[in-house]
Amino acid sequence: MLQLKNITKTFNQGTINEKHALNGIDLTLEDGDFVTVIGGNGAGKSTLLNAIAGVWPVDTGSIVIDGQDVTGLPDFKRAPLIGRVFQDPMTGTAPTMQIEENLAIAARRGKHRGLAWGVNNKEREEYKERLKILDLGLEDRLTAKVGLLSGGQRQALTLLMATLVKPKILLLDEHTAALDPKTASKVLRATDKIVNEGHLTTLMITHNMKDAIVHGNRLIMMNAGKVVLDIKGEEKKKLTVEKLLHQFEVVSGEEFASDKALLS
Amino acid sequence: MGAYFASLNFLDFLGRLPAAAAQGLFWGIMALGVYITFRILDIADLTVDGTFATGGAISAVLILKGWTPWATVGAALVLGLLAGAVTGLLHTKLGIPAILAGILTQYALYSINLAIMSFKANTAISSTTRNMVMSGLDVNGSLLVCGVIVIVLIALMYWFFGTEIGEAIRATGTNQEMSKAQGINIDRMKVLGLALSNGLVAVAGSLSSQYSGFADVNAGRGSIVIGLAAVIIGEVVGNAILGKKLNFAGHLAFVVVGAILYYVVYTLILWLKMNPNLMKLFTAIIVALFLAVPYLRSRAKSSFAKAGKNSKKMEAK
Repeated sequence: MLQLKNITKTFNQGTINEKHALNGIDLTLEDGDFVTVIGGNGAGKSTLLNAIAGVWPVDTGSIVIDGQDVTGLPDFKRAPLIGRVFQDPMTGTAPTMQIEENLAIAARRGKHRGLAWGVNNKEREEYKERLKILDLGLEDRLTAKVGLLSGGQRQALTLLMATLVKPKILLLDEHTAALDPKTASKVLRATDKIVNEGHLTTLMITHNMKDAIVHGNRLIMMNAGKVVLDIKGEEKKKLTVEKLLHQFEVVSGEEFASDKALLS
Repeated sequence: MGAYFASLNFLDFLGRLPAAAAQGLFWGIMALGVYITFRILDIADLTVDGTFATGGAISAVLILKGWTPWATVGAALVLGLLAGAVTGLLHTKLGIPAILAGILTQYALYSINLAIMSFKANTAISSTTRNMVMSGLDVNGSLLVCGVIVIVLIALMYWFFGTEIGEAIRATGTNQEMSKAQGINIDRMKVLGLALSNGLVAVAGSLSSQYSGFADVNAGRGSIVIGLAAVIIGEVVGNAILGKKLNFAGHLAFVVVGAILYYVVYTLILWLKMNPNLMKLFTAIIVALFLAVPYLRSRAKSSFAKAGKNSKKMEAK
């Protein structure tokens, strides 16, 4: 479903702030793979997702989604293939627009936008059904402005928007990191449900090692712009936080550099 | 002082109100254009100072050439759309900041507007021309025609910004990251929004020149500020009257109300025999005050000065 070959990206090339963010990433995701991504700060996790989403062009390598080479396309042209949920709950939704308008915009991802009404009655009913999945009471507030919602509600809505048109690949960039623990677990439950029911190919970054182990069928660990660990199937099911930390030290030759990952 | 008040005739002020309303109506169309950029796209577009004059110039010249006045409004619309698109392309394709792109187009339009009028600073439309869309010689008729145009435009805007593409423009104005993630070509939406905005402004310029009987290359100078004043006055009044019930059509209607109120105040100042040249100063002060209100309100709730005071209070105890 997704093939990355030798992806590199350097920011601020030739300056004192030069940063080799991605150092030759090779990664293939099978259809339906739910991959959790962990790694310390600056390991290149978000950069990897942004490369796939097309936020900026990569320096070398190729990105193929569902057989289509998208390396030369900007983000909005890749959008038909990709669903995205961002770390900041404010990023994924339009605050001055209604819940149903946000959903309607998402329902037209990858489709021609013309002079038909932006939201029609038939889709309103569908949105109500979909919003019920989130279990946040949003199904009764279709015409509320999204700016009035809490961060957790907005993040859950973004998740729904990212999957309203079935994406070939779903990118979740630490989408629960900015939420309180209770809301975070609610959004994670909704994520599991939506990903499993839709059989969605997914990349989910998380700072939380336990979440990374519990969710998904495959786990990759990044360090210094490279994939340093790739664990799947039965082996992943047997993982523990201690084993993971040990493996990281073996592979990278240093201690895992994020306290947040250990404490949470 | 007594002599000053004795010289003021209130009936005279009332008599001037219809003309103020007529002016307010076509400036309301201009303000609707400003609303598209300033409120929907979140861009302060200064192109409008040029396009307002462009609309007036092309109408005057074409009417003198024998065109039907209504058709010249269409010509103004087309030129306005083009000028707005130029600003949009300068901004999106060449990476020039929006405010600077607008200034550049506006600056270029000054020459173009002069060229349209054969390099004369103004062009008078013969007062004997018939079938003008609106004319200062027939204030009541102008009120009616312009009122109908305004209602049709508000209906069109309400419809358009409710369509899929209108929704995409609104999304672009409120959250670009989200819009791109949902596959919206935000550059195209900005160009489209800027074009539509300036199209409306040029239409207002065309009506303005027909109403006053002449086109002037300086007609649009400072019009962005009048447009902003109308948008802001309209919002304040609309929120005061309708509060949360104010929907999109209501917002648009109150933009026009804001423009009319602006010209009522303008008329009042003239009636009070104050120097009309001071009007620009008053307008700027009013716009600055209203733009500052949201910021000052948030500061009243929480500021360093307040935090400092609270801290001193605590120590005193």
